[in-house]
Amino acid sequence: MAEPLLDIRGLKTWFKTDDGMVRAVDGVDLHIDRGETLGVVGESGCGKTVTARSVLKLIDMPPGRFEAGQILWQGRDLIPLTMDEMDKIRAKEIAIIFQEPMTSLNPVYTVGDQIAEVIALHQKLSRKQAIAGAAEMLRLVEIPNPERRVHDYPHQFSGGMRQRVMIAMALSCQPKLLIADEPTTALDVTIQAQILELMQEMKERFGMAIMLITHAMGVVAETCQRVTVMYAGNVVEEASVGALFGDPRHPYTQGLIRSIPRVDRSAEKKQRLEAIAGTVPNLLDPPPGCRFAARCKFAMDICTQGLPPLKEVGPGHYVRCVL
Amino acid sequence: MQVHRVSRQYVIRKILIMIPSLLGISVVLFALLALAPGDPFDELATNPAVPPEVRAALRAKFGLDDPVWMRYWHWLIALLQGDWGFSFVSRMDVSTLIMQRLPVTLIVIGASQILAILIAIPVGVLAATRPYSLFDQIANTFAFIGFSLPTFFTGLVLILVFSIQLDWLPFVYRADIAATGWEFYWEHIKQSIMPVAVLGLFQGAALVRFVRSSVLDVIRLDYVTTARSKGIGERKVITRHVVRTALIPVVTLVALQMPIVFSGAIVTEQIFRVPGIGSLLISSMLANDTPVVMGVTFVSACLVVIFNLIADILYGWLDPRIAFR
Repeated sequence: MAEPLLDIRGLKTWFKTDDGMVRAVDGVDLHIDRGETLGVVGESGCGKTVTARSVLKLIDMPPGRFEAGQILWQGRDLIPLTMDEMDKIRAKEIAIIFQEPMTSLNPVYTVGDQIAEVIALHQKLSRKQAIAGAAEMLRLVEIPNPERRVHDYPHQFSGGMRQRVMIAMALSCQPKLLIADEPTTALDVTIQAQILELMQEMKERFGMAIMLITHAMGVVAETCQRVTVMYAGNVVEEASVGALFGDPRHPYTQGLIRSIPRVDRSAEKKQRLEAIAGTVPNLLDPPPGCRFAARCKFAMDICTQGLPPLKEVGPGHYVRCVL
Repeated sequence: MQVHRVSRQYVIRKILIMIPSLLGISVVLFALLALAPGDPFDELATNPAVPPEVRAALRAKFGLDDPVWMRYWHWLIALLQGDWGFSFVSRMDVSTLIMQRLPVTLIVIGASQILAILIAIPVGVLAATRPYSLFDQIANTFAFIGFSLPTFFTGLVLILVFSIQLDWLPFVYRADIAATGWEFYWEHIKQSIMPVAVLGLFQGAALVRFVRSSVLDVIRLDYVTTARSKGIGERKVITRHVVRTALIPVVTLVALQMPIVFSGAIVTEQIFRVPGIGSLLISSMLANDTPVVMGVTFVSACLVVIFNLIADILYGWLDPRIAFR
């Protein structure tokens, strides 16, 4: 098997707070191959955003710190790199877009300036060439009138348009991996579909891989090849999209899939949407065994005695559960 | 990176707004002075050499017995024609008196503001980028001390140390320096150091705290993370993306503090005997010289309004979201 593009092994990103260490990411393993889309799903606070930001080392340190693990980018561990070395990877090889397009752009510079800043730096171009490049990127993400819009400020764009600008900025150096941290959560449904479609197009055009972080299972089903399910700082299941939706093994994954609203069921049969009872455990002092045990219908004594390992249940299908 | 251009309409609108505010200020000032006790001709009343008829004639000449609104009207019309009135005490035009004093005050205030900004921005930004570090703690401590101590106290301490103990700097500001060329400027710089330092450090201390909190507000924002993800380096992230935005509220603060700076300058001018408009104001008040008091307070009001105008324009220039509205 070829070396994966990104291989995260046993990553632990902890945060020091007044109450103690918050184990936001506590032993995450995941990998992304060239050109594939990996979905990372899980509910709020499960550590998916921290994992994403850890890859680009965008975590404030302190309070955050890498407790253990490796982030292998094309075989090279990113954790020991200095910030100067990271700056050569950021945007050029790994780019990121965020959840909130309304606040992710600097309000005091034109969008052209902000895109050109990246282009000028990594492609060593003059400002004028970089602005032209920025306009070209805006055209690529289907913003009308790119030559004029390049001189507009972020507040003159709508939320969906700003996310397009963010995508244009992220892709301007043709990165090998795009990390999309809930890119459509803050947008309304029709715009969500457009943005996802745009990302799909851009992926095919540039042949990059995408790490799509989301809590919307529907989005995963439509756009990803593989899925990693996270719960309370751990990976609980990893599988291809087909295997995950067809044969979910972890009780948490089963719960997630059952909590997807379905038009054909709920309205006619007056069936209530199934929610997962209980809340996420406190990451200051996580329970010793399986972190989902307290909410799990099938929990047994063994579940609280030790964290079960990820075991392979099918080709490329791993699950962290004793069942 | 380019900054956007402020629209001309925005500037014109801001200038037009100045007119009613200045008129309002002048009405209030005039009314206050009219209500205040004291009469510029008190001295003449007790002077046996001046007969009562002469006094009455003088009062009539200067219109002191007219109703307030009529006096205000005359004052305003004269002002619009460039006549600021006539000092009863020094028998000179108010405008001449003010123009003799204003440059000194403006230089002292201007230099102290520049000093304050030059200290506050780098210290505030550095402290905010390393919150709760040793540097931050030290900066905070000095800032607290700086703005807790009133200028009349720090001024006296500086005089005690640098003028009396060390004898490095003169403690009385002299306008009549008998020197030429470089020496003339050197003497002026030497005697300006203490007043400028007192005012500047006081202002700077408050600004440090403000810059620090403003930078801390901006540094957590999403677009700063975006900037970091671009790989442009921490230094550019701070200077281009953090400081630029964080300075917008600082501009407002500097402008809003101008009245405080002026009152601080009055006190400082008294301590160091700086012949600026502050000391002119105090001596005219003591002498009941109302036209001069009116003139000086109105000039200060104009300066404050003008600084606010400059802040508004800078604001529109720094923040593109404003001027387009």
